[in-house]
Amino acid sequence: MTAAIAFYILALTAVAAAFMVVASKNPVHSVMFLILTFFSAAGLFILMGAEFLALLLIMVYVGAVAVLFLFVVMMLDIDFAELKSGFLQYAPIGAIVAIILLLQMLTVGAAYFSEGGRPLVPTDPEISNLEAFGAVLYTKYAGVFEAAGFVLLVAMIGAIVLTLRDREGVRKQNIAAQNSRTREDGVELVDIEPGQGLG
Amino acid sequence: MTIGLSHYLVVAAVLFIIGVFGIFVNRKNVIIILMCVELILLAVNINFVAFSAHMPPGPGINPIDGQIFSLFILTVAAAEAAVGLAILVVFFRNRGNIEVDSADLMKG
Repeated sequence: MTAAIAFYILALTAVAAAFMVVASKNPVHSVMFLILTFFSAAGLFILMGAEFLALLLIMVYVGAVAVLFLFVVMMLDIDFAELKSGFLQYAPIGAIVAIILLLQMLTVGAAYFSEGGRPLVPTDPEISNLEAFGAVLYTKYAGVFEAAGFVLLVAMIGAIVLTLRDREGVRKQNIAAQNSRTREDGVELVDIEPGQGLG
Repeated sequence: MTIGLSHYLVVAAVLFIIGVFGIFVNRKNVIIILMCVELILLAVNINFVAFSAHMPPGPGINPIDGQIFSLFILTVAAAEAAVGLAILVVFFRNRGNIEVDSADLMKG
């Protein structure tokens, strides 16, 4: 019973927050509602027994991705009032596509779960979620794991390459030029006559 | 009243549809569209975890595989967010706004 109540609270929060992500006027509010959505989804994951993924969701999304979104939203200097002006213009076509998608999913779901459907058996409670994860991730899926790391590396390099730019007229320290200076380049001995300046 | 697989699938379906709807509606702000892509990927993740949690283990079937796939989707989603936002920053530098309709430099 408690699990059912928790499920409904988390699910309703997730759906309402997801709707507010789309509907809110201010992108900063959208990011906040996105965080709420992911937090509720993490709660749903815990209800399903996937504790590791739930904590990963909070760390990756709330800790990294949402902060990245906030950073970009605040860095870009945009007139927020003007941004929402096309909302009503595109709402009908969006609603049509959304309703068609919902009908398709409901049809498939009804077909799948009629006639009893598949039996629902919870996973083995003997072994912890993290243990089950680690037993497979580094053996059966070791190659895919390496590939995922490579994807992250490529994404990091790509983001840096895209946003790096050389600014004109900025005085920078040139270490190679500093190190290649010799005494002959830098020091000049001048013999000054008494009573005269350097000229 | 027990919460079964279908309850989670309904939540995932609704999240997915909200994400698709948001992509259609927000034609002015690319950041919202990126967030909607994240919502869609989250819906997929919920589906994977729900099926993994409710799948009976059998010969050759390890139910944890669904959660492993969810982990890799999470990785790809994070990489996509980083690259997408970098592209967005470059786009804003070039055009001065982030409207979808102004992204027509490659129009013939």
